Amino acid sequence: MTATEATVSADAQRREPNHGLRIFLIWLPVALAADLIIWFVWGPHMPPGDMSSSASSQQFDINVMAVMAAPVMAFILIYAGYALVVWRHREGDEEDGPPIHGNTRIAATWIGVTAALVLGLFVFGTVELVVPAGAGSGEGNTPIWKPSGGTPLQVQVIGQQWRFTYRYPQFGGFETTSLVLPVGENVQFNVTSLDVIHSFWAYQLGVKADANPGINNVAYTKPEHTGQVQVRCAELCGLWHADMTTLGHVVSDSAFSAWASAAKTQLAALTRNLPPYALTYDPNSVAQLGKAFRQAGLSGAGGQYYGPQYPVQP
Amino acid sequence: MAIDIQPDRAEAPGGRGPGAPRPARAWWLRPAIHTGIIGAVLGYFLGHWLGNYIASGYSQVVNSGQNDFAIILGYALGTVGWLAGLGVFNDLGRQIAGRPIHAEQEVQAASSGLARYFRYSLDHKVVGIQYLVGMIGYFLTGGLLAMAIRTELLSPSYHVFSSATYTAIVGEHGTMMMMMMSSIILGPLGNYLVPLMIGSKRMAFPRIEALSFWLTPAAYIVLLSGLMFGGFPFGWTGYAPLSVQATQGADAYAVAFGIMGLSLILLGFNLIVTIICYRAPGMRWSRIPIFVWAIMTTSFLMVLAAPVLVGAMYMLITDRTVQTAFFTDSLGGSSYLWQNLFWFFGHPEVYILALPGFGIVCEILPVFCRKPLFGYRVAAAGMVGVTLLSFFVWQHHLFDSGINPDMRPVFMLTTELISIPTGFIFLVGLGTFWKAKIRFTVPLLFALGFYFNFLIGGISGVFLSDVPADTTEHGTFFVMAHFHYTIMGGLIFAFFGGLYYWLPKIMGIRLNQTLGKIHFWTMFVFFNSTFLPLFAVGMAGQPRRVYTYARSLETLNDWVSISSFLLGVSILIFLANFVYSTVIVRVREEGNPWRSRGLEWQVASPPPPGNFARVPVVLSGPYEYGVQDAPPVADLDPPLGVLSNADASVVTEGAEA
Amino acid sequence: MLIRARLENFRAGARWWLVSLPARVATLTVAFLAVVGGAIFVVAHYLLGGPPTVDFTAASSGQVNMTIQSDASSNPAVVPDHPTWVSYFIKSPATGSWVHTTLFQVPAHTRINVTILGYDGSTPVRNQVWGRVSGTIGGIARYSGTPVQTVNGWNGPYLIQHTFAIPSLNLNVPVEAGPATCTTGPCTNNAHSTTKFSFVTPAQPGAYRWQCFVPCGLSFLYGNGGPMQTIGYMTGNMQVVS
Repeated sequence: MTATEATVSADAQRREPNHGLRIFLIWLPVALAADLIIWFVWGPHMPPGDMSSSASSQQFDINVMAVMAAPVMAFILIYAGYALVVWRHREGDEEDGPPIHGNTRIAATWIGVTAALVLGLFVFGTVELVVPAGAGSGEGNTPIWKPSGGTPLQVQVIGQQWRFTYRYPQFGGFETTSLVLPVGENVQFNVTSLDVIHSFWAYQLGVKADANPGINNVAYTKPEHTGQVQVRCAELCGLWHADMTTLGHVVSDSAFSAWASAAKTQLAALTRNLPPYALTYDPNSVAQLGKAFRQAGLSGAGGQYYGPQYPVQP
Repeated sequence: MAIDIQPDRAEAPGGRGPGAPRPARAWWLRPAIHTGIIGAVLGYFLGHWLGNYIASGYSQVVNSGQNDFAIILGYALGTVGWLAGLGVFNDLGRQIAGRPIHAEQEVQAASSGLARYFRYSLDHKVVGIQYLVGMIGYFLTGGLLAMAIRTELLSPSYHVFSSATYTAIVGEHGTMMMMMMSSIILGPLGNYLVPLMIGSKRMAFPRIEALSFWLTPAAYIVLLSGLMFGGFPFGWTGYAPLSVQATQGADAYAVAFGIMGLSLILLGFNLIVTIICYRAPGMRWSRIPIFVWAIMTTSFLMVLAAPVLVGAMYMLITDRTVQTAFFTDSLGGSSYLWQNLFWFFGHPEVYILALPGFGIVCEILPVFCRKPLFGYRVAAAGMVGVTLLSFFVWQHHLFDSGINPDMRPVFMLTTELISIPTGFIFLVGLGTFWKAKIRFTVPLLFALGFYFNFLIGGISGVFLSDVPADTTEHGTFFVMAHFHYTIMGGLIFAFFGGLYYWLPKIMGIRLNQTLGKIHFWTMFVFFNSTFLPLFAVGMAGQPRRVYTYARSLETLNDWVSISSFLLGVSILIFLANFVYSTVIVRVREEGNPWRSRGLEWQVASPPPPGNFARVPVVLSGPYEYGVQDAPPVADLDPPLGVLSNADASVVTEGAEA
Repeated sequence: MLIRARLENFRAGARWWLVSLPARVATLTVAFLAVVGGAIFVVAHYLLGGPPTVDFTAASSGQVNMTIQSDASSNPAVVPDHPTWVSYFIKSPATGSWVHTTLFQVPAHTRINVTILGYDGSTPVRNQVWGRVSGTIGGIARYSGTPVQTVNGWNGPYLIQHTFAIPSLNLNVPVEAGPATCTTGPCTNNAHSTTKFSFVTPAQPGAYRWQCFVPCGLSFLYGNGGPMQTIGYMTGNMQVVS
């Protein structure tokens, strides 16, 4: 190379803009703006709201993750947009691009950053799951993250095709189709099913626990504001899955006590007919039910899958 | 061994023995689809009759009015009859009888004509095209079902379909897509291109490959026949005990999924052996195209995960017919057993759907950026990492189910970890863009669409992996939006990109590029306008698989429905383009229109029978764009004698990568 | 040479692009129409069909009287699909004949007087909650004239065969068990139980599902399959029109 050519190529190299810096400078304000809007403007309205302790905890989680996701998405989109504009093929240029096979430093940085983000999210998610007593999710029949402060209000949610019913063991065990909860008290939902898998989802309370037959699934929450709770079934359970809805109410302590004692009296005749309160109701174990089936001579219906000609049940 | 020794002189008239010309028979006498249909019908009636003969006296059958035993036996024997009619077992029978099989001549003689596409062909290129047509057909059927779903969701109060029909349609759509689209890339593009890309003249197991294809129409018909029986009310996930409780349509689901599971196992197995054992000399692991890495990792997923699915379906069938109680809690089983078995398959399944898309995109990018793939080893490591980790994350589908509570942080960790290798694809893509010379051809547009959609899909997956957030999002349209973004926005966009890219190679004709761009832009815009609002719909509280919803969400649902109809129109644009370009106007595309360095582009379009005249010797990797004095990717006419003692690990001169 | 080879190929059914363009277009059009026709047939026949809707909106007296019956199984001539399934039938107000359907249409904000003739035997309800009458006028139902409020479906004195429930109106009425003498519905002359109750339809028009809560689907797991999940048998829709 002659001296002139060397100077020309060096000039060309110096005139090559610093693409990385440019991308960073475009990204920084966009990411900051997005994060601020997400946290301050959108955040307080993020689903599922803050009507209960678990709902607020979930809302906080989603906000934090959105704030972390926005800069990542912004970076990738801005980089790609920049590349597609700046490095697009110019008409008449039939040359190939520079033969860059890889860059160990960049790859290592990328892996390190993504790993740090992801592991940080894991720690954050675990803390947010453990601290708010399970954050409203169903913990199975041996829950390990429980709220402090004594025994919570017990509400048994019984899922059946296709309606949820609620049983209050601390008030004599009456069973009702309406869900009423007192504000400011820990609530323990014991969710079970009588037939197929349903899922008890109280949207504003941020509670979701699958209802499995023969299994007790426990979820905790603490309603913090009064209002309406939309309960839906969140696991496809057959024909009327979409219609398994309840409009629940969170009311003041005194209103709840009044309602509970009124219901207890009104439903007293029904409560005498109900089996004793249990965490699951297996057709084979509920004594009166089994007896009633046998008396009626039933084979296939009512959950007795083996006909009377099979003497031995497994 | 009673091998019949024939006179050696095969060339003599009437001579028999290997090498003798087979007498050509008329097309309707040779096994093909028409004999397959006859076999299927006969098999179905035989199975149905057998089932009735055995089980019609059972009290379960009498009381419920349905004989699941007969239906399932009918489907099973119908499938066997279909395969027998196609001639799948003919060679096997010949070998058992000690008679010669005429495989090689079959390939040569069948090298022309449209009829070979309707036969049990052993040529991997023919099987690839059969898969292509089949997969497009299955995709369109699933798409029609999706249109029906969105029609119903236009209004929460006016119902076009009854609740039962709607739930059946949802189940059919989901199962059709998830079941059949597992093979949408490995079947057509994997089977067609892998031998060409690794320098092989053939596949390892041509009969297994063809069998894996011919099982798919059987699965398709069986699944659709479920609609005749009233469909199945449990979606594609088939949760027991609802699936045990369901009426006859559930048998179609179980059998179809079982058949397709078999097809997946066979497809993957053949590809793995081919890639490991049939690479040309010089085709080292560091030189195989990244698409082949994706195919191989996906094939491992298929081979390892699909057997669990087949086992689960078998248990479901026995629960429904012979009253086992695998999934019945009150009789000693567990409803969790199904969930775990299904999702142990189900999670690798979604990576079966995602990984080939990664492969296609990484394959397309270097060609249209005219640069080597940035971080080839990182991309391959990412795919291998995804494959390994995908077996350890399945319980994130069960976060709220009541599983052991301390399992949930464990699976939260593994699910978060799997996003690291998934992110490598973005690193590779962004690195390839750096200082490239990007040409906006139709394949590249689809690759860009893939990146955009998968970004949204992947990030929403991170939202779902967080257990507290998942408590609100699980079972809602948020999940729906997430997986449609990753699967449709990822896989299907990549499929179309790969199709536009490789169709000149496969058929020697080019798709109309203007229509292709219209297809891309309409599909991209309407896809996003359909599925982006669904994140909001889900967060606002609409569960999945519901035919009615809160009135306040009607406007959003209407927007989504109208967008989805327009999305359907964009797919029709593709179909019109495809049919127009392949059937009506065939614009010949010779050679290498994209100027790609891939080995598959160095042979004629379409490739001759046997792919290469002689097995090539590979001299360098396929991504050496911009490298000064890069050697050609392969020597297609190697000197004689090179191939004795040669295998894929032969070190050849030339570029290191 | 070349021509003969091509002709041979063509005769062997080979190169199809020797077929002319109009022939290709024609084949494609026929295939396309066949596929579209097939899809329309599937939609119309399998997806859009359903049982008929019995119309009660023509009532002139401001009240609607509805009579339905429940049967253990049906006459195969009347119900060809699933004669062994339990089923409801609705009596058409216009013709007086029994229609095999569970879809009916009523005017909004109207009192409906329902009479259920129960021809089936007894099946214990799985959840005793559904033995309690709710949502009716007066909060009671009448079994052959006797008012009942809470029925013990397991021990009696009244046993249950099915329930008539419209969950979104919180309506639930257990139907008294009958002597089960008739197994080929719709029945007319056999002994049966009679359950009567009344309720008021809501003001908001729309579809309100109704179902039975007794697991009476014989040989289906947990008894909730088959007729319990098939419209036209044990579950259906009440269409309220304004």
